[in-house]
Amino acid sequence: MPTTQIAVTAMVNGLAIGLLLFITAAGLSLIFGMMDVLNLAHGALFLTGAYLAWWIGGEQQTWPSLARAVVAVVVLGAAAGGLLSLLTAPLSRRSHLEQALLTLGIALVAADVLSALFGDDVRATEPPAGLDGTVTIAGWSYPSYRLALVGVAALLAAAVYWTVERTSLGALFRATVSDRDMVATVGVDPRLVRGGVFVLGSVLATLAGLLGAPIYHARPGLDTTILVLALVVVVVGGLGSIRGPLIAALLFGQVESVGRAVLPGLASFLLFGTLAAVLVVRPRGLFTLAPGGRR
Amino acid sequence: MTSLVQTRAPARPRLGTGFRTVAATTAGTLVLAAAPLYLAPYATTTLTRILVFGLLAASLNLLVGVVGLPSLGHAAFFGVGAYAAAWTATHQTTGAGTLLVGVVVAALVALVAGAVAVRTHGVFFLMLTLAIGELTQQAADSWEAVTGGSNGLYGVPAPSMFGTVLDQPATTYWYVLGFFVVGMLALRLVSTSTPGVVLRGIRDSEDRMRALGYRTTAIKLGALVFAGAVAGLAGGLLAAQQRLVTPADAGFETSALALLAVVIGGTGSWWGPCLGAALVIVVRDSLGATLDGHGPLALGLLFVLVVYLLPRGIAHIRLRRATS
Repeated sequence: MPTTQIAVTAMVNGLAIGLLLFITAAGLSLIFGMMDVLNLAHGALFLTGAYLAWWIGGEQQTWPSLARAVVAVVVLGAAAGGLLSLLTAPLSRRSHLEQALLTLGIALVAADVLSALFGDDVRATEPPAGLDGTVTIAGWSYPSYRLALVGVAALLAAAVYWTVERTSLGALFRATVSDRDMVATVGVDPRLVRGGVFVLGSVLATLAGLLGAPIYHARPGLDTTILVLALVVVVVGGLGSIRGPLIAALLFGQVESVGRAVLPGLASFLLFGTLAAVLVVRPRGLFTLAPGGRR
Repeated sequence: MTSLVQTRAPARPRLGTGFRTVAATTAGTLVLAAAPLYLAPYATTTLTRILVFGLLAASLNLLVGVVGLPSLGHAAFFGVGAYAAAWTATHQTTGAGTLLVGVVVAALVALVAGAVAVRTHGVFFLMLTLAIGELTQQAADSWEAVTGGSNGLYGVPAPSMFGTVLDQPATTYWYVLGFFVVGMLALRLVSTSTPGVVLRGIRDSEDRMRALGYRTTAIKLGALVFAGAVAGLAGGLLAAQQRLVTPADAGFETSALALLAVVIGGTGSWWGPCLGAALVIVVRDSLGATLDGHGPLALGLLFVLVVYLLPRGIAHIRLRRATS
């Protein structure tokens, strides 16, 4: 049953890509929804994570090198998040356009530094032993890394969702979305919340880059590709929420993967068509939080 | 513009069409026209690039400064116009008809993309236009039969007018300058006449304009199509000047640079974006070459510096947060 095999593989791929997209887009959505900053350097963070995976693990990851890469990616993501928080703080009362220009400038600088450090070649990295082959389940074979990615990404997605929707830290974040001044009034330093959200969002992006490295392969220009995908997901899902981007990311993962398998030349147009169709019906995305008509 | 309600016009721009403006414009055009007689060919070519990019920035300024629609995908129309003109020049005619094809195709693409985009507001518009630009670049990359794929369309024939082939730096410059002036005058006509006042009203308070009976979504779409058409004209000039069109010309970075030029130049002003474009081109082409290919680094720093040091220039852009 080759057709069914292709369909199932495409759907598993779509699930893996969708979850990866969600992890990336969740960071973007958190930073925008809570801090009101449109961070166009988000794609550069993803690419940094992917380059680090290659730089630490080489072309063939091993388990120890993967562990080192995870630590490096989390530390670097946190540092980058803190830096972004400091750099954008003076602009917090100015328009989104200025924040977009600033983070765009940062993204250009980051892309230039990355290409100076890692060159212009594609830096492919293979997953560690045990995950680099295929597994056969019920007569169908899948690439095992993508299956593992589905598991890990689903865990990570669940952790993010649980943190934001169910913990008191998440309640603080969500309260900041609804009314920043009120959060400050009850005695929480908004600068700490701001830094925390930036760090969390940036770590999610660099982690997604590490996880996605064997699929996307680090190369110049990947930062913009990922940024646009994440923006599309966030626009469709609605800014500031977690559930919206999750559903949108899973939808776009399927559109991207199944579309590429069925209509290879038209995958980008399918993506745009879906985006346009959603925005024609709901100009503010599927699940935009609208606390007190703020947005 | 048939409104039943008579109202005080919202902040009519002070750009009068008095004698002084006309004189200054004529003098400026004459100086620009004489420039190649005194400049080296390389400098003339740089000036040509500045004019092309300046027209793109000025058309974007109609959206950002006048209507309040900050677009991060304006190069999509520029690139589409450039491809259409280059394709026409290669396969059909090398006359000024190439520019007409560029304008029409860019306006059609702007109509389709805009029909979706103008329904959104503020930061959603910013992101949606970014996606439109990026997808246009991807389309240019993948539709090899027409666009030549990632190699682009190269070897575009030089433009010709009245039986003369304009392939010298100076003749190309005059060709570009002529249509630059046409495009700038069209932009100025729209932004200082009654439609321009309506567009400024939409920027300042869309809800109020709607309450006054204006169909604001349709008017914004009209402005986007017009700005897209002028960007398509600039694209046609790019094809004539560069004789090469690549997917990057339609992409995100070109859009971002155009937006930067608008912000540097000051969004309200008519000619300011052209000055901004001059600065951007000089930094990218000249400074980038001396920095051993680190043009993006210099540009990125320019972005950061402009945002921190020029808040006045950009203070009056209102990225509307919908208040419904």
